[in-house]
Amino acid sequence: MTSISEDSDKEKMRSVSVDLNNDASLVIDIPDALCERDKVKFTVHTKTTLSSFQKPEFSVPRQHEDFIWLHDTIVETEEYAGFIIPPAPPKPDFEGPREKMHKLGEGESSMTKEEYAKMKQELEAEYLAVFKKTVQVHEVFLQRLSSHPMFRKDRNFQIFLEYDQDLSVRRKNAKEMFGGFFKNMVKSADEVLISGVKEVDEFFEQEKNFLLDYSIKIKDATAKAEKMTRSHKIADDYNHISGALNNTAADNNTAFKKHLEKCAEVFEKLRKVEDRMASDQELKLTELLRYYTRDIQAAKDLLYRRARALADYENSNKALDKARLKGKDVAQAEENQKQCLQKFDKLSESGKKELTSFKARRVVAFRKNLIEMTELEIKHAKNSVSLLQGSIEILKSN
Amino acid sequence: MSGGCGRNPPPFPDNEDQEAELDTRVLDSDEDDDDEGEDIFTGARSKPITPTSAPDEGDIFSEEGSYIRSDVHHATNGLHSDEELDLFTEATVELTLTNTTSQGRREIIGPTASACNTTHVPNSILKPSIVTKTMEELEEEESGDQFELNIAVTNPEKIGDGMNAYMSYKVSTQTTLPMFLNKTFSVRRRFSDFLGLYEKISAKHSLLGCIIPPPPQKSVVGMTKVKVGKEDSSSAEFVEKRRAALERYLQRVVAHPSLLQDPDVREFLERDELPRAVNTQALSGPGLLKMINRASDAVNKMTIKMNESDNWFESKLQEVENEEQLLRRLHAAVDSLVNHRKELCINTAVFSKSVAMLGSVEENSALSRALSQLAEVEDKMEQLHQQQAFSDFFILAELLADYVRLLGAVRCCFEQRMKVWQRLQEAQSTLQKKREAEAKLLWANKPEKLQQAKDDINEWESKVSQYERDFERVTCTVRKEVLRFEKEKARDFKQHIVKYLESLLHTQHRLVKCWEAFLPEAKAIA
Repeated sequence: MTSISEDSDKEKMRSVSVDLNNDASLVIDIPDALCERDKVKFTVHTKTTLSSFQKPEFSVPRQHEDFIWLHDTIVETEEYAGFIIPPAPPKPDFEGPREKMHKLGEGESSMTKEEYAKMKQELEAEYLAVFKKTVQVHEVFLQRLSSHPMFRKDRNFQIFLEYDQDLSVRRKNAKEMFGGFFKNMVKSADEVLISGVKEVDEFFEQEKNFLLDYSIKIKDATAKAEKMTRSHKIADDYNHISGALNNTAADNNTAFKKHLEKCAEVFEKLRKVEDRMASDQELKLTELLRYYTRDIQAAKDLLYRRARALADYENSNKALDKARLKGKDVAQAEENQKQCLQKFDKLSESGKKELTSFKARRVVAFRKNLIEMTELEIKHAKNSVSLLQGSIEILKSN
Repeated sequence: MSGGCGRNPPPFPDNEDQEAELDTRVLDSDEDDDDEGEDIFTGARSKPITPTSAPDEGDIFSEEGSYIRSDVHHATNGLHSDEELDLFTEATVELTLTNTTSQGRREIIGPTASACNTTHVPNSILKPSIVTKTMEELEEEESGDQFELNIAVTNPEKIGDGMNAYMSYKVSTQTTLPMFLNKTFSVRRRFSDFLGLYEKISAKHSLLGCIIPPPPQKSVVGMTKVKVGKEDSSSAEFVEKRRAALERYLQRVVAHPSLLQDPDVREFLERDELPRAVNTQALSGPGLLKMINRASDAVNKMTIKMNESDNWFESKLQEVENEEQLLRRLHAAVDSLVNHRKELCINTAVFSKSVAMLGSVEENSALSRALSQLAEVEDKMEQLHQQQAFSDFFILAELLADYVRLLGAVRCCFEQRMKVWQRLQEAQSTLQKKREAEAKLLWANKPEKLQQAKDDINEWESKVSQYERDFERVTCTVRKEVLRFEKEKARDFKQHIVKYLESLLHTQHRLVKCWEAFLPEAKAIA
């Protein structure tokens, strides 16, 4: 089971999941990544003491699609039905910076050189931020696998880490993709199933209700958080104002000019702080909510699988009764029923453990992120305060 | 980082003495050595505060006589006028006494000045009313006399119903100037009264080359909403915007030394019932006439090419035109800021509710509580954003809009001078023609018409010299006015910038407090 660590002070810890890379026997990270047009190539670096690997340390290049393949194969593995499967990392989304770059290109003629340079700087920073986020999210995925006692032994996982050739042959081809699509459709039928199934176990009954409700709320909160952080464009405006102030000041040569220039300077500095405020909020709060929306979904998937197993078990019971009535294939039906029961029990047992640890993990992650975000916001606001105080003093004394 | 410097942000006074507030802030910044993170921001802080600011505040509440010394220093600091003009001094003091009314207090002091100070009331309605006024040092009399004149525009009230309804504003004056009948008085005026005042002043003074402050703009859409009786926030905002604009307008009018002396201005402030100004309606006869005049003026402007002996006017006019364009762009940028902040405000409110919902379903009780607290913090942030947007608008955006229009008025001033010059040119050419006519008569030997011709010449000679004097006077006035305007503008902007930065500071302080209150809740999650 994943161990819960209260340790939130280690810098290397990823914010969304606090208990990874504890075990030195298998340490994974993504030290760098290349961005070529639309494709991101991650360098997956592994250090291990396990004998199942050929070398103690090695790196391979992987693409986003490889991660998805790995995730899907694990999902499809029957053995892992009783575990919460770490959610697949989302596709790298460079839409934001790309749009900005487009706007920058269009508006180039109407901006001054300084404004243009500043916007370009901003654009690069945004690009970098998206980049960092996607690396982090892919890294966390691998780390969750490596710190899980069952997943880390998975053959496909090892192949993913080790195989030094292109994985594309093993990746989903068109046929499989359609299979996946179909599976998603079946899943939504499972929602009906999961809420319809009669639950005897108190724990699972509670979990079901909680997860269903929570997933709706957290999805909503994520969407609203995204909207909020997206509209935090104050930094852009400060940039324009600063530029316009400088333009106006350039034409002048009196005390007026000095005031304007000072004001422009303040706006420029404030812009940097606002920028950081917005991006920190995005990283700590919005990203946290996003991640846990996906994780909650993974937990729900576990419940689906268990509910299906329960349904299977109930069906097998009915089949056994029918067989007994008919007097045919009773042994087979008995065997079937026993297997279904076994499967169901196994799922219930591991499911309980997983869900319990998931709760704890979630609480710890929220705590860590909220604290970090709050501390950062305080720091930035205090920076603004001292910046403004200083500037006000200067202006007044002039 | 946590448990850092232990410094408490200064309590933001709602009704405190502005003196105390400034002093605490002054002290605080001295103690502040919070250098977390990058130090790109620390550049400005180390500069010591010059002594002129502190004593000035104190002086406001003490005897007026003591202003003189410190203020001369203050006044001479920033001024370096090349012209042999009078020492421009300024007096701006503002106290906000109550929450709902804002009184702009100004002290007109003869030869000296007091410092500019502003506070604003950080309540639900921020009323930033700053008055900047410059007063020429009067050469002879009134030296050493100090007069007060406060004007406030408050209490908008809707009179009547339907499309004939209008808003009536209370104009209150408080003064020690002897030319007024009372020390304190107030009247009710409507928007068209203000426009009427502008028309009257303009008719009289613009020909002399004065810069006449333009009144707030008419708004058919805005007023119609109010008339129809929509009691929503946008019409309340419109009324507030207009009230503030009218107040600034009046304050600028009385800040102008010659306009203050105008009997129409006095009548506007004092008289109980003003005759309704009818030719201010857009589609009235006089309104149309004005439009036509303006159009012909525009044509004239394009065809007049003045022969400038002094480059000053040409380059200054160019400067004014450029500045107008630049301020327009700046205003657009600030406008965009206001809109984005409002958008952020809305999104934050929506997010806050969503987080509250999430907190309510969270099973871990400590986390649940923390999430509810987070929702409250976000709610407070929404309020802060809204207040900041208010400040953005009323302190910065409106200032810029005012100055775009004022620069237009400055341009008019230059145009007036050109008209006067044109009149002079025409008179000169007429005189020339008369002289030629006289010469012809002499040559043709028609003595009976000669006398007439001589009379004509005399008449036109005196006209020419009259117009020459006029032109001299207008040139001189325009020069003085422009310089006065520029100084006022510098001061106005400085004041507003400081006030705006103070509003930002206030918001950031509150932000710090909000988050600091939340931190223990986040840490309490277990």
